Amino acid sequence: MILRTLFSRLFAHLDGPLVGLLALLLLLGSSVVYSASGESPAKMASHFLNLSVALSAMLLVSHIPPQRLMQFALPAYAVGLILLLGVALFGIVVNGSRRWLELGVTRIQPSELMRLAVPMMLAWYLHYKQETLRGRDFLVAGLLLALPVGFIAKQPDLGTSLLITASGFYVLFLGGLSWKIIVGAAVTAGSALPVAWNYLLHDYQRGRVLTLIDPSSDPLGAGYHIIQSTIAVGSGGVAGKGWMAGTQTHLDFLPERSTDFIFAVYSEEFGLIGNLFLLLLYAAIIWRGLLLASGAPSLFGRLFAGAIVLTFATYAFVNMGMVSGILPVVGVPLPLVSYGGTSMVTVLVGFGIVMSLVTHKKLVKT
Amino acid sequence: MTPSRKSHTMLHLDLQRWRMRLTLALLFGGFAALSARAVYLQAWHNDFLNEEGEKRVQRVAPIPAYRGVISDRRGEPVAVSTPVETIWVNPRQANASPEQIKALGKILERDPGQLARLFADKSKGFVYLERQLEPPKANQIMALNLAGVFSKPEYRRYYPAGDVMGHVLGITNLDDKGQEGVELAFQSWLAGEAGARRVVRDRLGNVVEVLEQIKPPKPGRDLALSLNQHIQYLAYRELSDAVAKHNARAGSVVVLDARTGEILALANTPSFNPNSRATYSPERLRNRAVTDVFEPGSTMKPLLVSAALDAKVVAPETTIDTGPGWFIVGDKKITDTHPKGVMTVAQAIQVSSNVAAAKIALEMRGEDYWRLLSHAGIGAQPNSGLPGEVSGRLRPFATWRPIEKATMAYGHGLSVSLLQLAHAYTAFANDGVMPALTTLRREGVATGVRVMSADTARKVLPMLEMVTQNGGTAPMARVAGYRVGGKTGTAHKFRINGGGYEADKYVSSFVGLAPVSNPRLVVAVMIDEPGGRDYYGGLVAAPVFSRVMAGALRFMAVPPDTRFDSDSAPPGEAPVIAESV
Repeated sequence: MILRTLFSRLFAHLDGPLVGLLALLLLLGSSVVYSASGESPAKMASHFLNLSVALSAMLLVSHIPPQRLMQFALPAYAVGLILLLGVALFGIVVNGSRRWLELGVTRIQPSELMRLAVPMMLAWYLHYKQETLRGRDFLVAGLLLALPVGFIAKQPDLGTSLLITASGFYVLFLGGLSWKIIVGAAVTAGSALPVAWNYLLHDYQRGRVLTLIDPSSDPLGAGYHIIQSTIAVGSGGVAGKGWMAGTQTHLDFLPERSTDFIFAVYSEEFGLIGNLFLLLLYAAIIWRGLLLASGAPSLFGRLFAGAIVLTFATYAFVNMGMVSGILPVVGVPLPLVSYGGTSMVTVLVGFGIVMSLVTHKKLVKT
Repeated sequence: MTPSRKSHTMLHLDLQRWRMRLTLALLFGGFAALSARAVYLQAWHNDFLNEEGEKRVQRVAPIPAYRGVISDRRGEPVAVSTPVETIWVNPRQANASPEQIKALGKILERDPGQLARLFADKSKGFVYLERQLEPPKANQIMALNLAGVFSKPEYRRYYPAGDVMGHVLGITNLDDKGQEGVELAFQSWLAGEAGARRVVRDRLGNVVEVLEQIKPPKPGRDLALSLNQHIQYLAYRELSDAVAKHNARAGSVVVLDARTGEILALANTPSFNPNSRATYSPERLRNRAVTDVFEPGSTMKPLLVSAALDAKVVAPETTIDTGPGWFIVGDKKITDTHPKGVMTVAQAIQVSSNVAAAKIALEMRGEDYWRLLSHAGIGAQPNSGLPGEVSGRLRPFATWRPIEKATMAYGHGLSVSLLQLAHAYTAFANDGVMPALTTLRREGVATGVRVMSADTARKVLPMLEMVTQNGGTAPMARVAGYRVGGKTGTAHKFRINGGGYEADKYVSSFVGLAPVSNPRLVVAVMIDEPGGRDYYGGLVAAPVFSRVMAGALRFMAVPPDTRFDSDSAPPGEAPVIAESV
């Protein structure tokens, strides 16, 4: 009886349908990781460790009341910014980009923190200003977004900076950003594209875009990933080759097969049917997430939860688009399927926040 | 009015509906694009991509073909291929730990430090670690599961007879191609055709699965040699013993079937072991009986006498006055070791008189002698089937000066290989016809060349037998139970850098046949530079001949043609008539 009470209190702030959908996705993801890792028990053990840490974090975060979260917004953002500054000054270079900060015991990647801190900050800001919201406030919000994005883009980590831009934009858009500004920004961005192409992008980034247009131009270099993943996806056919039976993936032709390119493994083994099922599963999670977000009692909750869910959707879309060859190669994992602890923790903590924001109804009315 | 003011009231309660809807629309548009792409790739473009995928994993790999077995005339295998594994490494894919390198070094018995350097050299994509490793060791290495280390099946040649048959069989190289001997001469016959199979390989090139055999390997064909392994062993052993006993530089022996022209044995010393590359040196690899020439000396005298008999210049009983045992031709003095005065042609052969031979030669036309030598194969390759044959030297008779005609009568001024010499003597065994040589077991009848009339051959045969009787130069060539004929040869060696002959370097030889009543075998023995006290062919080469001939007659089951008594056995002490050198 006591145990039952304890359980119901423990899971009080979880949303049943959402958790069910997430569990289904995680189960599917684990089976693909098992296949992609070549049945490595060590990798599976670490995968399940990541999974339990991330799920615990989600459970923990779901108990944090939104007011407390709002209090975190500014400090989290400020610390993140300072860390980014630290990276720019003292960061260590891995694979040609300066993304990591050495903290003696461990290395951290502050841009990961900013994935949640930026939309939280913006949601808090709009919430804070909601009574007197004016155009000028969007300018300030825009600056709050541009600062960390600029640091991250400079590392360079174009993928993350674009995705953080997207998550910030979701907050601003949902918060009521004027159409004129959106259109204006789009036009400006469009006209700035040639300039950015020539002066801001690195050679390898230009290469990735060009590769997307014609992968066969450099089949052994930049085009290799795209060609191999497209072949893996395509050779799956309608029904797929069966779990653990993908030749492209198991014979090592596919790079990064348990992380960024895991969608290709899945596609080869489960085919078109499995693919459509996965898309449906993602759509269901997003649908449920947005449904929850729109029901959040505070503006902060609605904006932040909405941005989290939309960012999740963006990640999924960008990853699958990249693997199936309709978007350039960006180092983005497939959320909740790819092997990797950081991404799993970030995504599940995000969903924990979403559930916290919508289940703590007894708010002081703003 | 700013847009923000307008949205003010809406924000208060809910997100704007249309913004939410637009977002959702965009999102599902994106997912629809993904679905469409998936349909395109997996249901529409699928065949092409599937094919591309298979291209990446499927390869055609060769299957090595089995090289034919070489056996002796009785079917005993003397060169056999066994499967082995060759281990190679791609250093660019290798990332072996020091422990793994150490384990590898232990199996290969190589220095781990050197292996580590080999693994670390990323500039190379292919390095042999060990070729032709026996399968158990190769399996041990592959069980280490090293990245970038591969094995490929090959065949390795083994020669059970070792150095006994090395020169005839020759060797193959690491790629299973014949390099010497029969292996080289019959390469295309022995080598098969590699087959092909379709295999699934991973990105590192490891064969994961064999899908199908496209073309089965075509194994090479077997080869039956004319050689008799027993006679070969005997010949090699007796030759080696004699070369060691007389402290000689080298030696060769050839055993021929006098009727079929088949080479029954052919051995040289020094020899090499084809199973051990350490013994390969040019000096040892040389098949001297085939590739080296020497001035034959007195072994030519029976051929001269045959030519004289054919030309009716002399008869066996014609007498020749050898006078004081010397004789001047032009400015040169031809000498005999012991003056014998007047002797018959047959006796001239028996005691090997240079003076008599020279006098006969000067009585006849050079052309007659030359024609007989030519028909006997002197100056032409013997076509035995072995590689590296030399033709020796026989100058056209038109250029012969009288003194040259005289010295050629006792085998100087021309050169032959031991195989050619043995071949020529088959004419005495076959009523004047010399059968074609062969290294392979003869099926059917040999083609032959008539070298002399049958009558001449029958007349020379008793002269050859006289050589082995008491009073001849080679009683030690006798074989108990068989009548044996032959001729000794002892010649000064030609100076290598020109300028005449070496005073104390000799080539001692003996060529003979048995049984005289119905000759079946010809054996030729040559000992190069005997270093001891003895150098006469009758003392150095004849005993080898006797023992090899005795054994060979028995192995070939040739019936005896005389009594087994002291008259037919070789004498214990050597009452040798010293021949003229």
